[in-house]
Amino acid sequence: MHIVALGLNHQTAPVATRERLAFKAEELPEVLQRLKDEAQLSEALILSTCNRVELYGICNSLESCHERLIKFLADFHQIEATDFVDNLYFHTDSDAIHHGFRVASSLDSMVVGEPQILGQFKDAFAIASAEASTGLILNRFMHRSFFIAKEVRTQTKIASNAVSVSFAAVELAKKIFGDLNDMKVMLIGAGEMCELAARHFINQGVEQVLVTNRTLSRAQQLADEFSGIALPFDIFRGHLDQVDIILSSTGAPDFIIGPDEMAKALKKRRNRPMFLIDIAVPRDIDPKVNELDNIYLFDVDDLQDVVTENLDQRRNEAKHAEELVSREVEKFEQWLASLSVTPTIKQLREQVLQIGNQELNKTLAGFSDLSPKDEQRLKAMVNAISNKFLHHPINYLKVKNDNGDTMPATTIREIFKLDEEDKKINS
Amino acid sequence: MTTIYLALLSGALGLYTLSMVTGFFHLFQPRPQKTLWCKRFILAGASLHLLAFLERCFQAQTLAVTNLHESLSFFALLLGLAFLLIGRKIPLPTLGAFISPLLVVFTLWALATTHTISPQPPILRSFWLPLHVLLSFAGNAFLVLGCIISVMYLLQEHLIKKKQIKGIFRNLPALQKLDESSYLCLRCGFPLLTLGIISGSVWASFAWGSHWSWDPKETWSLITWLLFAALLHGRMNSGWRGRKASFLTIIGFAAIMFTFLGVNLMLSGLHSYAAH
Repeated sequence: MHIVALGLNHQTAPVATRERLAFKAEELPEVLQRLKDEAQLSEALILSTCNRVELYGICNSLESCHERLIKFLADFHQIEATDFVDNLYFHTDSDAIHHGFRVASSLDSMVVGEPQILGQFKDAFAIASAEASTGLILNRFMHRSFFIAKEVRTQTKIASNAVSVSFAAVELAKKIFGDLNDMKVMLIGAGEMCELAARHFINQGVEQVLVTNRTLSRAQQLADEFSGIALPFDIFRGHLDQVDIILSSTGAPDFIIGPDEMAKALKKRRNRPMFLIDIAVPRDIDPKVNELDNIYLFDVDDLQDVVTENLDQRRNEAKHAEELVSREVEKFEQWLASLSVTPTIKQLREQVLQIGNQELNKTLAGFSDLSPKDEQRLKAMVNAISNKFLHHPINYLKVKNDNGDTMPATTIREIFKLDEEDKKINS
Repeated sequence: MTTIYLALLSGALGLYTLSMVTGFFHLFQPRPQKTLWCKRFILAGASLHLLAFLERCFQAQTLAVTNLHESLSFFALLLGLAFLLIGRKIPLPTLGAFISPLLVVFTLWALATTHTISPQPPILRSFWLPLHVLLSFAGNAFLVLGCIISVMYLLQEHLIKKKQIKGIFRNLPALQKLDESSYLCLRCGFPLLTLGIISGSVWASFAWGSHWSWDPKETWSLITWLLFAALLHGRMNSGWRGRKASFLTIIGFAAIMFTFLGVNLMLSGLHSYAAH
């Protein structure tokens, strides 16, 4: 019994290859069944996102498992295996467990610590388990993965700092104002990044959004979207003093806001601090503005530096997370090992009882005057003998297994010829 | 009985030291965490300190702030209490890391100076003296706390202006919160200081027959008072805040420290500790 994981991700394959091998969510139920049949897996799960396509499965023998999985992908998507085989990674047993845990914990993500992958993994598992294509092992594997992902998130700061320019702006605003509840935001221009940042600010509960644009209709449109107020472009300077946060991203070739306007605005608002975010290239706001007291100006490079710094921190935190994951892989392997002893005990019991019952039936055939009660007694005796006979070996197996020693289980299987291949040789 | 007093005071010092260690740990570690322990240690330390003070008052049969030792210790106690009070209104994580060193220094200094109970000259015995001392000390404690917060403000402001968005920046509170809280300290401390000076003046008229005798401590108190009055006025009416207000608060701190200690240690006058 082995866990296998085969797939490709943003590091090993270009998007062109990833999209050709991707699976649609609605076709997954059918695909999972095919995968189990064609690759001879007892359990299977498919994780398909824009950054990765991965097949997880349980197979009895590793022999040619790799090839069967590749063939399945090639057949299903009707592509030549040679087109993508170099982009694939194939992990087995502890490596496969390790890989799955890392993916769920977002350690293998393009942006380390991003939260989406866990949700995608959970969805993939929900589909697979609804189709009953996962069983004892993959179920436990997935539950463990999700648990570890949560542990990583809470015990390390892997996801604590903004790694997008727009969210970095929100975090900085919090470091200036504390909370953003009573803040007013002005959007100058309608760049995509500006809009995104505005959305983040609204999620943080800012009170009001003012929007201005050279085309008033565009400003109105955005203002409606944020239930804010649109301002004609030629009068926005008169409202600078009313807002705490300014997001600017116009296509203007020169500065549209200079230190004089800001000094005036500051005076009008009695020096209450202002946070200016200039996402435009070329810049909209004269950098001299940052020299004014109580004004904090960040341009796109400054924000990018913040993001880079935060990414570094995440990578640092990832080291702690990797340690946590490695510990969990060990634990999971122990659980897997304990599995092999349970079927061994079960088979051993069945085999001994079977022999006992065979002999009992032979003996009973020779009697003609036994009462049903006597027959019951003989059966009970056979049961008792097999139980007592097996008591010590089973205990021995359990104790050894608890100590992490799985050798006795293998030995017992050999001695009693519990495996099918062995039985065939015997008969 | 002094052994109990000293034991309590030393215990307080130990707890302040622990709060300093945990405070620094929180301040400098790269992974921001809750800073509960620093505050808890200050709370525990201030509780022991309060017990020590009450024990001392019981022994001396008066408000035990008569010599340098008692003044230093009492000031540390009030500073700790002011920190806990302001923290209830505006929680500032990592403020403890900045306050605890002062608590340690003042308490340690107090323990290092002679701590015999000074007999009080009969001329000083009055209801007005403890009131004067209590109000002035409490006022100063709030103002000093405000100054420490202003130091934090300037530090954080500098980091944001220079875009040093890493390390200690992550662990310092938001600028606006620091400014608000420094202002709150001013609004608590200034009225107390004012009342302290007035009650002192009333008492002086009983003790010496004159409201104001221009001894160095009085002069310097007036200078301090004027500084903070200007700051309060600027904050209330002229929109002073942020850097400007912080710098003034720190100048005010220097004035307080000189009035509190410098005058007594360098100049002589009516307020000298146990000089009579």
